[in-house]
Amino acid sequence: MTAGSVLVAEDERNLAEALSFLMQRAGLEVTVARDGPSTVDMARRIKPDVIVLDIMLPGFDGFEVIAALKDNALNPMPRIIMLTAKGHEKDKRKALDLGVDDYVTKPFSNRDVVERVQALLIQGKVA
Amino acid sequence: MLDTATIVAVALAYLGLLFAIAWYGDRRADTGRSLIRSPVVYTFSLAVYCTSWTFYGAVGTAARRGIEFLTIYTGPTIIFLGWWFLLRKIARISKSQRITSIADFIASRYGKSASLGMIVTVIAMIGTMPYIALQLKAVSTSFAVLVSYEATPDLAIALTSPPAATLTDAAFLTAIGMAVFAILFGTRHIDANEHHEGMVAAIAFESCVKLLAFLAVGFFAIFTLGSTATPGAGEAAMSAGWSNLTRFPEGGSGRFLTMTFLSMAAIVCLPRQFHITIVENVDERHLSTASWLFPTYLFLMSLFVLPIAAAGLSLLPAGANPDFYVLTVPMTQGHNGLALLAFIGGLSSATAMVVVAAIALSTMICNDLVMPVLLRIRWLRLEDRGNLATLLLYIRRIAIFAVLLLGYAYYRLTGESGPLAQIGLVSFAVAAQFFPAIIGALFWKNGTRAGAQTGLILGFLTWAYTMLVPLLARSDLFSGSILEPGPWGIAALRPEALFGLEGWEPLTHALFWSMAANICGYVLVSLFSKQDTLERIQAAIFVDVFRRPPAEAQVWRRSAAVEELHALLQRFIGTERADRAFRDYAAEHGQRIGDMPEADADLVAFVERLLAGSVGAASARGMVASIAKGELLGFDEVMAILEETHQVIAHSREIEQKSRELEATALELTRANAQLKELDRLKDDFLSTVSHELRTPLTSIRTYSEILSDHDVSEEQADRFLDIISSETQRLTRLLDTILDLTRLEQGQAEWRMADVDPSAVLEDAVAATGGLFRGRQFDLKVAIEPSAAPVRADRDRLMQVFINLLSNAAKFAEPGDGRVMVVGRPDDGGYLVEVTDNGEGVSPQDRELIFEKFAKARDRNTGRPSGSGLGLTISRHIVEHHGGRIWTETPPTRGARFCVHLHSVRPPSGSRKPALAEAAE
Repeated sequence: MTAGSVLVAEDERNLAEALSFLMQRAGLEVTVARDGPSTVDMARRIKPDVIVLDIMLPGFDGFEVIAALKDNALNPMPRIIMLTAKGHEKDKRKALDLGVDDYVTKPFSNRDVVERVQALLIQGKVA
Repeated sequence: MLDTATIVAVALAYLGLLFAIAWYGDRRADTGRSLIRSPVVYTFSLAVYCTSWTFYGAVGTAARRGIEFLTIYTGPTIIFLGWWFLLRKIARISKSQRITSIADFIASRYGKSASLGMIVTVIAMIGTMPYIALQLKAVSTSFAVLVSYEATPDLAIALTSPPAATLTDAAFLTAIGMAVFAILFGTRHIDANEHHEGMVAAIAFESCVKLLAFLAVGFFAIFTLGSTATPGAGEAAMSAGWSNLTRFPEGGSGRFLTMTFLSMAAIVCLPRQFHITIVENVDERHLSTASWLFPTYLFLMSLFVLPIAAAGLSLLPAGANPDFYVLTVPMTQGHNGLALLAFIGGLSSATAMVVVAAIALSTMICNDLVMPVLLRIRWLRLEDRGNLATLLLYIRRIAIFAVLLLGYAYYRLTGESGPLAQIGLVSFAVAAQFFPAIIGALFWKNGTRAGAQTGLILGFLTWAYTMLVPLLARSDLFSGSILEPGPWGIAALRPEALFGLEGWEPLTHALFWSMAANICGYVLVSLFSKQDTLERIQAAIFVDVFRRPPAEAQVWRRSAAVEELHALLQRFIGTERADRAFRDYAAEHGQRIGDMPEADADLVAFVERLLAGSVGAASARGMVASIAKGELLGFDEVMAILEETHQVIAHSREIEQKSRELEATALELTRANAQLKELDRLKDDFLSTVSHELRTPLTSIRTYSEILSDHDVSEEQADRFLDIISSETQRLTRLLDTILDLTRLEQGQAEWRMADVDPSAVLEDAVAATGGLFRGRQFDLKVAIEPSAAPVRADRDRLMQVFINLLSNAAKFAEPGDGRVMVVGRPDDGGYLVEVTDNGEGVSPQDRELIFEKFAKARDRNTGRPSGSGLGLTISRHIVEHHGGRIWTETPPTRGARFCVHLHSVRPPSGSRKPALAEAAE
């Protein structure tokens, strides 16, 4: 088990609740944000290790959130896993170009998401 | 009373005006704002045809010979109405060949023959002299008539024997004046193709003046006849006059037809007429206007001939010269002003003819008579001289003087012989000699140079013998014995009864024999002589001018040094214009003259054409030949090339046409492709949006299922998770149903159960059905539903679907916590209007159309996205439009959004029933 804090940015109430449940069960500290502006706000305040970021967020979308975080020169920059319902190649490439650390397509396997988050936490520690 | 000084002053003032018009016309041409680029001006200039012979002589002819005078107008009318066949072809050829005169035209057609040009020029000169003399005579006599009225109030004496001294002076001065005018405005430039715009403008003006003058006298004659004729004697005289005037001409229909033929030939062949119709023509299309306008002009000119003649016969003493009735009829009534106007009209007719004829003849004399001779005289070494343009101009100026002096001499020589019309006909008969050669030039490829020469010479000689000799014999220049019993006593050779052809009227007789000799000579010699190559080529170019492009360059395989060509051209048209011509040529052919070591056949031909415009085809050919080396191609080869060019042009037109079609097709394809791409993009968008919308509930379902299977959860939690799975599954099902519904609507596969429905009842049901949405959440819902005046034709369930959709949207988007929704239903504009207003965010103006599109909400409105398919409005619009109604959104005065639906009633409510129903509902 790796300890760490996770910010879940997801506007679908049910999904946010499920992710939050999964992260807690994995022994992680979880915060949930339901739109773009509050995601940026919370990321600045609680400085999570990892952000699980949905692309389609109200306010501004996942890409804009990343740009805002970079503008704010968050230090340390949180690791980011992108969650999206869109399986488009170009979205994936755009996300990776923006420096996203990982990418998961909905519907996802719970175990997969948790493992990826943990992997990022370990990398973060090593780095 | 008109005194000499007044008449002279008026005449001089009028001539001054003409000079001013011509000067102004030239100045406008120099500044590029031409006065004469109008078909009307062109047509009026054509009326140079109506000389003083027509102006004065037509009345004379009518008085002497009845309606024969009409023949002068019928011939030109026929030719102009049929301009498409003859004049258009001549004009097209002349433009492409840079023809400068009728001599040039005939010479050019028959192998650019210098000798033929000379023959035509000489004949034309001889033929024109009497005509010029006629004009001089008309001017001087009319002048004398006016003046003598003062000298001898006894009209009978005055009008029959005008004093000779005045006559002579007036004629001579007129000749000199006209020569000056012709020189000033006819020989400014050297390129005859440049058109003498000032001269043409003045001629057109003169045509207006003479028409107005003639019409004025005509009206006056009618007025006078009507008012002065005393009952009894007057009427008798009148009726005698009329029957005399309207009788069929002496000589029967033979003379009538002869005269018509003569005037047909004249309008084409008279040198001045050819000059003004063809050479001065600036736009071929003007001919099409002239084709009806010119006959109209002639009709107006002929309209009052008979009334004037009748007035003259009844008002004037028997001895009065009917040729001057136009003047004397107003004078008998003391209308000197009108007489003066008529005199000016006659002066216009005469001067116009003389000026144009002098210019046309001087061009011919210079190009076809003098230049070929000078070029032939080796020791003059003309080709090597500096500026020949000035030489050409001087030759032409001298020629103009010579022509007018010769005309004057002829006038003095023949004196008083014959009335005006007779002298005019002599000229017409000469001009007619060109007719066979011209018709052959246009339509008969086998006509040869030898044939044309033979025909012209034979015809001319016969004319001279049968027409000129009798005329001269009667003026006592020849012994009268030649007429009777005949030369050397041989009866068969009598000029007016040749080969025993007796009893014919002299003009018909002369024309018959001269045309017979002419045509026989032309046709027979043509059939038995051979054309040389250039003749055959020119024949083909002329006859087939509409079939083939003029491609003279290809006739030659020759070349010349560019510098020599330039030097040659410069000598004739001046350095500046030669330079400009070469620059234009280079620009047009995308070459630089300086880069060309040797001028090719094309450039040589270009220079030859330019020269032809200055010195005529024959001389130009001779001069270019002296510096251009090369040979004429064989006829068959040339024809093959011309044919090929023709076909290449036809082909390239076809190719152009094809490529235009292809371009159009390509454009259509591009458009279609863009549409397909757009459709494809829309389809991709739709699929990806659908996929996104489906993935969201699917993700929840999967995640909670995995949680339930992987993790230990409390029973309470498990129930909750199972509820979530269940509701997400329902959401998925609804989504799929909606998508399928939309698909059916879009593809027109939906079932409609149409019936007469009361929209207000449906709206109330919808409000009731969605009541739960509002009751649960502190909503302020206002409902104001008026009964409908008439039912609408609709599917009740579908209508319900629309209203419920709007209501639930309102509930969703209304201000959270303080939601206010208003539902209004009322009859409106022949139907029923439903408005659902909320107090939410509202719809921005640019999104008002967009939100009715599929998933527009999901795609474009990220803020506050409430759950929903994003297809509701799209489906609503489909349904409303299927009912022939309208759905739209607008911004209410307070903040928020308002959605409106308007449906048409089955039958428009009548004015009386509507309030009754409303009352009943209350």
